Amino acid sequence: MIQVNKAASIREAGDSLRSSLEWFGEFGLFTGRVARAALTPPFEFKELLSQLDEIGSRSIFLVMVAGAAIGVVLTLETRNTLLHFGAESSLPAIIMVSIMRESGPIVTGLIVSGRVGAGIGAALGSMKVTEQIDAMEVSAVNPYQYLVATRVIACAVAMPLLTVACDFSGVLSGWLANTLAKPISLDLFLNIGLRQVTFSDFLPPTFKTVVFGLIIGLVSSFQGMQAHGGTEGVGRAATNSVVLSSLFIIMADVVLVRLILVFFG
Amino acid sequence: MDTPHGTPAIELHDLRKQFGQQVVLNGLTLRVDPGETVVVLGRSGTGKSVLLKLLVGLQKPDSGVVKIRGQEITALAEPALNKVRAGIGFLFQEAALYDSLDVGDNVAFPLRHRPVNGDKAGDAPDISARVTELLSFVGLEDAKAKMPSALSGGMKKRVGLARALALQPDILLFDEPTSALDPITGAEIEELILRLRKEQHVASVVVTHDLRSARRIGDRLAFIHEGVFVFDGPPDALQQSTHPFVVQFLKEAS
Repeated sequence: MIQVNKAASIREAGDSLRSSLEWFGEFGLFTGRVARAALTPPFEFKELLSQLDEIGSRSIFLVMVAGAAIGVVLTLETRNTLLHFGAESSLPAIIMVSIMRESGPIVTGLIVSGRVGAGIGAALGSMKVTEQIDAMEVSAVNPYQYLVATRVIACAVAMPLLTVACDFSGVLSGWLANTLAKPISLDLFLNIGLRQVTFSDFLPPTFKTVVFGLIIGLVSSFQGMQAHGGTEGVGRAATNSVVLSSLFIIMADVVLVRLILVFFG
Repeated sequence: MDTPHGTPAIELHDLRKQFGQQVVLNGLTLRVDPGETVVVLGRSGTGKSVLLKLLVGLQKPDSGVVKIRGQEITALAEPALNKVRAGIGFLFQEAALYDSLDVGDNVAFPLRHRPVNGDKAGDAPDISARVTELLSFVGLEDAKAKMPSALSGGMKKRVGLARALALQPDILLFDEPTSALDPITGAEIEELILRLRKEQHVASVVVTHDLRSARRIGDRLAFIHEGVFVFDGPPDALQQSTHPFVVQFLKEAS
């Protein structure tokens, strides 16, 4: 009996592994198709602008609120520790560097993967199950150009800009939290902090969010275009878009942080 | 887009398609001439919709030949396939209107994205006039600014038909055009299909399980059963068929 259960478990694990590998294979093929579509005319500029508005402009408020929360929390947590070591004057620099290098990019990535990832997964998923994607193909319009490439490029372009907004909001709220405990002018706070901030603290981490944007755009578009089974399928596509893109962002961050440290210090 | 004189609009030879272990099409052969309306009937889930998708290259057959206007399409790459598709209009079962666009933009979509000298047609002034003309044909000229979610089932199908006609196709494919419609609205759609045959000499393939509708609009009826056509002839010849499936279908439908 135990032997049979063991065999069944091994078979299940094998099936699981095989379907994961199949997922990566299909995703790889999908990414290739999107890359070809993005580089072949006609280029759908009007739709790209529309997506930049939807993905970028409409996420700014959310991202800035999250950034503000991070700034306050970071200040409150760090301030006491620094006081303990008599290093209070390092607070502005520590806030800025940790927000710009890590908290800002990762929080922006996760917020956008939730809002935009679910949105793209659901939108493309519902188009797929109602045959709108088929209708588009029959109209001789390539859905990979019109729907997918525009969203992927918009995500990649919007992410660094949203990250800057998040960083700004975080630093500002960090100053606010600090000044409520011990008054310090914004001017002084920024000057002290920026003295310690270097190129490799800001630009490479901000541009790593382009990779996050590509992950969000590709994973959620892939999930949407694969949706099947009516409204349940659309729900699954939206959920899987968020879960998978968040997971891949966190994993990519590990690699990217290492690369940034190696190349930029 | 014109079919060379004497060439069938659509030709299928020994078409086969299966999904996993399930054989859906098992050697289908059909010919549709310009100006002819062929109605494909069969039980639900017997491959009628798959047949339409194979005709327009949305799916590829496992084996067999699909010819549109004398040209074999199964091995065509996307750009060449799109040229063929420009002359085919497809009315989907639920109309498949783009829900983020209003009625006018839905109908204009194929016109705006039609390549003109390598570029997009964009917002050429004649597009607006053409959209009005198409919506008038289906009796919905006042619905231009409405969103698909505000339309009834019948209205959605009429907008879908207007969109399918945008590029003046000479081949039309209909997937269950009157399903889920009340008899009066269904008759309105049938009337439009008959008008198209009479006025524009299009070749049509209509998939339905509604025998009454089929008899009204079809020049020929073709019954699919177990992946092959078991009857292919004019409506008058239906009564003479001795195939058990056709006999049972007629019995249940009357």
